[in-house]
Parts: sequence; C-alpha cells; structure tokens
Amino acid sequence: MTSIRHFPATHPLPDWRNFGVMLRVLLGVNLLALAVAFIQSPSVADWAARYVEMAALVEPLLLLVLGLLAGLRNPLRALPLRVGQAGVVALVAGLAYAQNLFWQSLGFGDGGNPWRPAILAAAASMLLLGYFELRARAFSPAQTEARLAALNARIRPHFLFNSLNAVLSLIRARPQQAEAALEALSDLFRAAMRDPGELVSLADEIALGRQYLELEKLRLGERLAVDWQIGAVSMSQPIPPLMLQPLLENAVYHGIEPAPEGGVVRIAIDQRGDELRIAIANPTVDEGRHAAGNQMAVANIRERLALYYDLEARLEIDAGENNYEVRIILPCRTTSR
Amino acid sequence: MPHDKPLKILLVDDEPLARSRLRELLADIAVQFASEVVGEAGNGLAALEFLRQQRVDVVLADIRMPGMDGIELAGHLGAFEQPPAVIFTTAYDNYAVQAFDLNALDYLLKPVRTQRLLTALQKAVATPHPDPAVLAGIGREVRGGGRTHLSCHERGRLLLVPVAEVLYFKADTKYVTARTVDREYLLDEALTHLESEFAERFMRLHRAVLVAKAALAGFEKAAGDDVEAYGWALLRGVPDKLPVSRRQWAPAKAALTC
Repeated sequence: MTSIRHFPATHPLPDWRNFGVMLRVLLGVNLLALAVAFIQSPSVADWAARYVEMAALVEPLLLLVLGLLAGLRNPLRALPLRVGQAGVVALVAGLAYAQNLFWQSLGFGDGGNPWRPAILAAAASMLLLGYFELRARAFSPAQTEARLAALNARIRPHFLFNSLNAVLSLIRARPQQAEAALEALSDLFRAAMRDPGELVSLADEIALGRQYLELEKLRLGERLAVDWQIGAVSMSQPIPPLMLQPLLENAVYHGIEPAPEGGVVRIAIDQRGDELRIAIANPTVDEGRHAAGNQMAVANIRERLALYYDLEARLEIDAGENNYEVRIILPCRTTSR
Repeated sequence: MPHDKPLKILLVDDEPLARSRLRELLADIAVQFASEVVGEAGNGLAALEFLRQQRVDVVLADIRMPGMDGIELAGHLGAFEQPPAVIFTTAYDNYAVQAFDLNALDYLLKPVRTQRLLTALQKAVATPHPDPAVLAGIGREVRGGGRTHLSCHERGRLLLVPVAEVLYFKADTKYVTARTVDREYLLDEALTHLESEFAERFMRLHRAVLVAKAALAGFEKAAGDDVEAYGWALLRGVPDKLPVSRRQWAPAKAALTC
C-alpha cells in the first residue's frame, strides 16, 4: 500500500510535476509581467506592446525553469525547506542571468547589466514560493486528512441496517452465506475506516466494489444485475480509497432500488494513455428526489479528487434520459511518488 | 390479548430476506401471539392486488419500496371498508421515524426484535387506522412528491389510477373526475388537495379544472359571447376541450411553450 502523505497542496515546496502547480506558476508569472508592463508603460496602448516585449524574455525562461524544477523535485524536497526554497530562487536567478548573457552574446540585449533580470526573476520566484507556502499552510496535512476522513466514511445507514437485517434472516436457513456476508460487511467497514491518507491498489478497490455489490445482491436478489467491463489496466496502480464503492452505492440506491423490475449497473474501467477512466452507469428512475440525492456523493468525491490530485483528475456526469453515468478520470501513477 | 383465530398477516417488503426474517420472528412468537402469514408482496401495488382477493387483519409494510411505498399503501388501505391494521417497518428513515413518533404511529426498526414485534402486534389490533391526511404529509416528505396512484371505488371494487396517466381532473358539484386516455374515474378527492400534491405535474386552468402540463396540445380563443370560459385548451390523445379562465390564460400558454 502506498502512502501519499504529501497531497499536492500540502508541501510548502510544491509538486512541480502537478498540472495545477504549473498552471498557477504560469498564470502567476504572467500576471506579474502584466503588472510590471502596466507600471512601466506611459499609456494603455503601450501596455500590450510592453508586455509582449517582456514575454519574449520571460516565457522561455519560465518554461526552462519549470522543466528543470519538475526534474529536480525530489532532491529539492529532500533538502531542508529554507535551503530548498533558496535553491529554487538561486536556480531562477542564475538562469535569468545566463539567459541575459546569452541574448547579449547574440547581439539582442539591451546592453543592461545582467544582474537586473536576475534580481527581478529572483523576486518573482520568492513571491510565488511565498504563495505556495501560504497555500500549503491553508491545506496542512492534518486539516487535509481530517477533511478526507470526514468525506470518506460515508456508508449509508440505510444500507447498513438493511444488510444486517438480511444477514439475520440468513443465519438459521443458510448459516454459511450469513458468515460470508458478515465478512464482506466487515471488510467494507474496515475500508471505510482506513487511514484516508493511504492509497490502495486498483485491484483492492475493485475487490471491495465486488464485495459491496454481493451484499446488495443478497438484499435485492434478481433485481440487481452487474456488468463489469475491465480493460487492459495496471491493477497494481495506486488510487485513492473508496472512489468506486460510493458511486456503486449511489447507482444502486438511485437506479436499482426504486425500480420494481431492477436494472443493470455497468462499470467500465479502462486506461487510455496515462489516464485511468472509471465509468459507472445506472438506469434512471422517474422519481423527483432521486436526482437531487445524487449530488452529495458526487460533490464529495469531487472534493476528494481535488485534495488528492488538484487539477489533474476530473469527474464528469452524463445525465441522460434513461441513463445516469459518472466518470472519474485519474492520472495513472504506476510508481509510488 | 387473546384471539379466537390466528391473526391473518400480509408481509410487504421489496427484499425477500426481510420478509423471511419477519416470517421467522412471527413463528417464534406464535405461542404468545397466534398469527398466520397469508401472503407476501414486493411493493404496495402487489399488496393491494393481493388484498383485492383476500382480507387480512394486519399488514406489515416496509416504508421504502419501488413502485408504491408503504406509506402510500397505508393511505389506500384507509379507503377500505374494514381497513387492516398497518405496522410500518424501516431500516433507516430519519424523517419518517420522527413523523411517526410525532403522530403516535407505530413502526418497527430493522433489524426487528421479537419483543418489539409482539408489542406492536398487540397494539395494532386495537389501534384505529391512521389519518389519511397525516399519511399524505409523511409520504410526500419521504418520497419527495405526491402519490403514484389515486384510488377509485367502483361497485365495491378498488381501482388504482396511475397519476402519470391522468390527463386532467375536473370538479363537478359533488365529485372530482380523473380522465385518462381510456376512460374517466370518479374520485373521492378535493381539487385543491390534488393541486398542491401534484403541483409539479398539473396546473390549474379554471376554477374547476387541473390539467397535466404534458397533456396540453394547444389553445383556442372562445367566442366573444362565451360566458363559460375565456378560452379553450386542447389536449393530446383525447378530443376533449377544457375551459381556461381569463386569469389562467397567460400562465397556461406559458406552460405550453416551455
């Protein structure tokens, strides 16, 4: 089991390989450049020209720095925080200095002192590092974990008591089946109470989903049919716990239980490039409250995905007339981070 | 409470195992309380179907069931000449449980305990049938909408009219009639209650008419000297025209376009 003690947002030195971090750096630096261009330009018309001029100097440096930082993420994080931060600032300033020298050697430079861009770049990087440190404090691991714990343990009481009732009725007639059901129930609760900071393997999460559906089948009998479509995916890859089960629970609660004839819950798991896609679909039942009830579990998973992956994961909903489908798209993580 | 004959019981739950659990418990308390399970049903509709053939003394009904839930079932039972006693069962339903407590209705929490079942049965036989208005209120909260069916008594028989099939309700001096594509039904309901219960599906066209918004096909202006209506609404599937009052003319036309 892999631990992700470092959620993307909780380390003061951000994860430079995370898409959300890159986006924030790109936006932040360009906003700074815009502001500087505005201060320097005498009229609004000059502003754009000034910014374009500056961008020609800033963007190559920015992309180069992001690339290097992505490569250096682990060694930088291994250093004490302040040293690591100083390292980032030094790297940025050094590259700005070198870039200026390079331009000058090609004859493009403005002839100014190369220390000027170096100091400006250092100031900009300090600002951004400050921002990331504040942001990390806002998402401290303790708070993030508490939030995750609150979001995680959500097995519907409706399901628990109905399942216990079903098990009780099995005890006399089919004791072995009752034992199996209690074992499945205890696995489910162990998963719900597990440390939410730990990742589980996709295989474990699928096994849990199957156990959950077995329990539901016990209650609902013929009414619940399940169709698993698992493509060529790496079963050992780590994913956040309890991503699948709450969505399965939703599908059964909203799509199967209210339908006298029942229906099919379809699960499709597939890997496309470096994206893991999990899709869960259920038939829709014409009942007012069911549309609204779905939102909570979905909002809950969306928030957890943001805590685990920042902007790199997404959740899509396809609410058709007869079919309701939720898709989760996660970045594949084949190795532990 | 002594009984001459064993009490006839109908078990209504959508989960087969929940029904067999109740069967076992009833067998366990047979010495203290003689009863006989005469039937099982998977939802309210099936239960009413069963009750058309055979009378029972007590119905044990789960609250949440597909098709027709236990609360709506109890409401329809209230219209029977000798309604059976109803005991609700539920695994977890915060709102319903609070409402039951408030209205002194008896219920059993699943997993059901033998002792609780016994006291509930002893009490149920002596309890009058719950007030339909109370049941309607609880039902609406629990299922988030109105009933799925309306009941209509015709020559001593209970007919169920699916609300989804009703095109319009029309009030006469004494009765409210519900019109479906096939026929009309006389209901023992008040138009104002129907209007508030099914506000999402139906709208008022006239003092005495509620129409299903989905059934509206078009409008035509009445002749200038028509005193009955300001205009007429045309419907899908039936040739009937419904009167529209001056006040409802604009909202009704708006309902058609959206």
